[in-house]
Amino acid sequence: MRYEKPQTVAEAARLLSAEKGLSRILAGGTDVLVQMKSGLIEPDLIVDIKALPGLRSIVAEAGGFRVGAAVAGAQLAEDRDLKKAWPGVVEAANLIGSTQVQGRCTMAGNLCNASPAADSVPALVAAGATVRIAGPGAARDVAVETIPAGPGKTTLKKGEFVTSIFLPARPARSADAYLRFIPRSEMDIAVAAAAVNLTLDAEGRVTAARVALGAVAPTVLLVEAAAAALIGSKLEEAALEKLSAACSAAAKPIDDKRGSVAYRKDVVGVLAKRAARIAYTRAGGKQ
Amino acid sequence: MSITVSTSVNGDAVEFVCPPEETLLDALRNRLGLTGAKEGCGTGDCGACSVTLNGRLVCSCLVLAAEAEGQEIGTIEGLAQGDKLHPLQQAFIDHAALQCGVCTPGILVAADALLKQNPEPSDEEVRFWLAGNLCRCTGYDKIVRAVQAAAAEMRRA
Ligand SMILES: Cc1cc2nc3c(=O)[nH]c(=O)nc-3n(C[C@H](O)[C@H](O)[C@H](O)COP(=O)(O)OP(=O)(O)OC[C@H]3O[C@@H](n4cnc5c(N)ncnc54)[C@H](O)[C@@H]3O)c2cc1C
Ligand code: FES
Ligand code: FES
Repeated sequence: MRYEKPQTVAEAARLLSAEKGLSRILAGGTDVLVQMKSGLIEPDLIVDIKALPGLRSIVAEAGGFRVGAAVAGAQLAEDRDLKKAWPGVVEAANLIGSTQVQGRCTMAGNLCNASPAADSVPALVAAGATVRIAGPGAARDVAVETIPAGPGKTTLKKGEFVTSIFLPARPARSADAYLRFIPRSEMDIAVAAAAVNLTLDAEGRVTAARVALGAVAPTVLLVEAAAAALIGSKLEEAALEKLSAACSAAAKPIDDKRGSVAYRKDVVGVLAKRAARIAYTRAGGKQ
Repeated sequence: MSITVSTSVNGDAVEFVCPPEETLLDALRNRLGLTGAKEGCGTGDCGACSVTLNGRLVCSCLVLAAEAEGQEIGTIEGLAQGDKLHPLQQAFIDHAALQCGVCTPGILVAADALLKQNPEPSDEEVRFWLAGNLCRCTGYDKIVRAVQAAAAEMRRA
């Protein structure tokens, strides 16, 4: 195995493109090192992206935030402006692992590891975040939800990697929330998860919504019928019931020791309802 | 292939040579003789290998030794001032917050990182902060009490 720590994005892309064997990007390493230890992967090349310019900073851009691909969870938690604008995204990223894992784990790594249960991903999708991709060709921006292709698989091509995640500007009276269900209170993998992002008008009526679900399908789900159930409502019980039903219907979970299909479908609807209530209150709505 | 790594451990400049796939935990233990950090699991679950990397708490089993190049590492060996134990170490002894002791170095490093950013944590904050440090012996209660006693002592100092 070779370990490289390139100083420019072009050099990183060149290294990744030229490698004939198995290569892995190293961000926080909280998935990569576990997979190496367990023998799941034996990379020939590790490309550490932490020295690339701008990858470890969060910068204001066009009223939103550009989060470098190597920004760790603990750093997100310390950014007050980010937390205020995107509380759901930050709370989702901060649910990843322990304090120690937070010292290293990144949202880009969470996304590109492509676990169906990745905690930050539904929140990013609900937020309408985009990722900037570098590679052999010109840099391009794509929606977060286009990255995961299935468990452990992404749509990134050879030599390509994520350099940053962009969280857009917020209209007034907007907020988001993320909830997952785990059997313990810390350090566990989501059985089902839901993220809700809302914008309200001055009367507290929902004018825009995005709802995303985690751990109930091979990839994150953006559920348009669930968002439609909320738009135009003031989160009355009927709207919440419609939201919950739309989420349960969209979920295509697996049966395993942590939850049956029926259980996961039910729980994901309940989580979406609760997340919607939290986002609504955060956006200044009164229920 | 092997790599030469120059880094700083507990404020001392050190240099070692290791294969690229070696973890920081293995380098600390086997190349630098710093055996305080323990390998409980090797997969980020137990926290016995906790160290700080540029002041941030991390699992050294999930860091490549090569990543330490030019960075600052803090380990349990840096906690006491010469022969004088750190208040956390003294409190763990006074409150019998350890039995076999395998988890203790990691918990002390983690607790020190907590008190540096939050000198007056609630019991709940201590428990959540230490959720990634497993202890199969004590049942955690005495650990939380020892951390609180040390925090109180350090606030007085
Ligand atoms: C103890 C423990 C608990 C955990 N708990 C959770 C949890 O509760 N929820 C959860 O969702 N996850 C959890 N995880 C998994 C892991 O911590 C997260 O997926 C984390 O966000 C990965 O980020 P990283 O920066 O460490 O990724 P890395 O390990 O560095 O990389 C992960 C994968 O993504 C690729 N990659 C990384 N960065 C990029 C990039 N910029 N562009 C392209 N590809 C890239 C890597 O090559 C690799 O395949 C846990 C892990 C551990 C060890
Ligand atoms: S040995 Fe590193 S977390 Fe267990
Ligand atoms: S004292 Fe034995 S594991 Fe904690």
